[in-house]
Amino acid sequence: MGNLYTSTTFMEHNSHPDYKYEMDSPTLTHDGINPSCGDELTLQLRVENDVIEEASFVGHGCAISQASADIMADLITGETIEEAKRLAGLFLSMIRGDELTEEDYEDLDEAAQLKDISHMPARVKCAELAWRTLDGMLDKQ
Amino acid sequence: MAIDIHANPYKQDFPLLANHPEIAFLDSAATAQRPACVLDASRHFYETMNANPLRGLYSLSVEATEAIAKVRAQIATLIGAVDNTGKPLANDVVFTRNTSESLNLVAKSFAPTVLKAGDEVVISIMEHHSNLIPWQQACRKAGATLVYLRPDDQGVITDSEIAAKIGPATKIVAIGEVSNVLGVRNPVEKIAAAAHANGAYVVVDGAQSAPHMAVDVRELGADFFAFSAHKALGPMGIGVLWGKHELLDQMPPMLTGGEMIDSVTEQDAVWAPVPEKFEAGTQDAASIYATGVALDYLANTVGYEAVQDREQALVVYLMQQLAELDYVDVIGPDDPALHHGVVSFNVQGIHPHDVASIMDMSGVCIRAGHHCAQPLLTWLGVENLACCRASVAFYNDAADIDAFIAGVKQVWSTFNG
Repeated sequence: MGNLYTSTTFMEHNSHPDYKYEMDSPTLTHDGINPSCGDELTLQLRVENDVIEEASFVGHGCAISQASADIMADLITGETIEEAKRLAGLFLSMIRGDELTEEDYEDLDEAAQLKDISHMPARVKCAELAWRTLDGMLDKQ
Repeated sequence: MAIDIHANPYKQDFPLLANHPEIAFLDSAATAQRPACVLDASRHFYETMNANPLRGLYSLSVEATEAIAKVRAQIATLIGAVDNTGKPLANDVVFTRNTSESLNLVAKSFAPTVLKAGDEVVISIMEHHSNLIPWQQACRKAGATLVYLRPDDQGVITDSEIAAKIGPATKIVAIGEVSNVLGVRNPVEKIAAAAHANGAYVVVDGAQSAPHMAVDVRELGADFFAFSAHKALGPMGIGVLWGKHELLDQMPPMLTGGEMIDSVTEQDAVWAPVPEKFEAGTQDAASIYATGVALDYLANTVGYEAVQDREQALVVYLMQQLAELDYVDVIGPDDPALHHGVVSFNVQGIHPHDVASIMDMSGVCIRAGHHCAQPLLTWLGVENLACCRASVAFYNDAADIDAFIAGVKQVWSTFNG
């Protein structure tokens, strides 16, 4: 947990998110909230032929929720819907404390550094907000 | 006498604090730490007088019953619930689980007996949800209106605000004595006088006052007064509701069942007198006993005067140092003397949850969130509907505040290099 706030790459995702903007013509839009934190997030995807061509988010919240959303958007861009679902599943299971295989951690790439959040129950909801929103969005497909 | 907040004669009495010098506990407004004598008291009860109170005909049960009665009398004396001869009105002290349950009991059992459509219930915008939602519910049920007293920019509910909001339509005024967010002590005496002048009843939420200052329900003008043991060094799970006898007497019980009846037939039941009428089921007698020990330690071993002096000195020390950090915004009055142990704040541009998480890494425990006061934070326009809160108790010292200030600086540099 200490590493997250002192990790320059992680904090960059919070202070200078690449994927935090309103998309022109999203094909999918889904809202997520954390009532207890006041975090609000709208996730937007442009999907063509089952592939996520563009991902972005808008909203506000703590550094953990914002950085996590930016990392996720980066990860799922260019992936198929099916793969994005799998990655969201992996992330949510990791953040709730499950051990993943080395391969799975590699697949989660930068997102794997949020693993330690599982030891901070109060922050789990922050970390998973974007991923839960993605999961809920794709479940409807 | 000058207060030396660098010395700490109290810490040794609190095992959690004594055993964890790395922790700076600044969340006593959420729950207090407990001194060893309180922890020992529960064990002492179970080892020497454990039996189901009220019903047993053998001496062990009588002892348990007497232990509870003694604490009732102790609390009545402590909060000034005494008759003209100074004798404690022990039987007007009802044990509940917490302040929330005490306030629910008044809102669910008493309010319907006096509220009708078109009436008004007056509370303040700074109420904790536990002195807010029960009144929303009571108003909805009766067709009454919930009216809010609003403080000025220094957290003060002014005389003109009282005059504007409390009037002939007012039937109940429910007010927190000390705000858990702004730290201000509300002018309960004036509010109660205005309420009584209009024939209304006064409910005082003492959750944040009784643990820190002497309370006299007669001087306050309260008809009901509620507080929790766990914020006053006692165990979790014990709440107190004191009420004027004639009001408690006319109220129906909220919970029914064992230990709250005089007699039961197939189709009917006769309630036991106050307070047993409101205490269905077996009470947590050991925790009530321990509550007595906690309040004795607080009011007699330490003493409210020392508590006040020390907590005030700690708040002054804390606010002076916070004022030097231009990226910190304090929520509430500028004058430290108006903050009763509670200082809420935000670090500019940094979410309160991040602030609390980073401070936690250096052992500083503060609260971050909406503090069960969402309408207040909405009204104040606080970003994210959340803020940080440091709250002190007499067992804190200057080193705790120093750790806190170092933590705030650490938070700032984490985000701003």
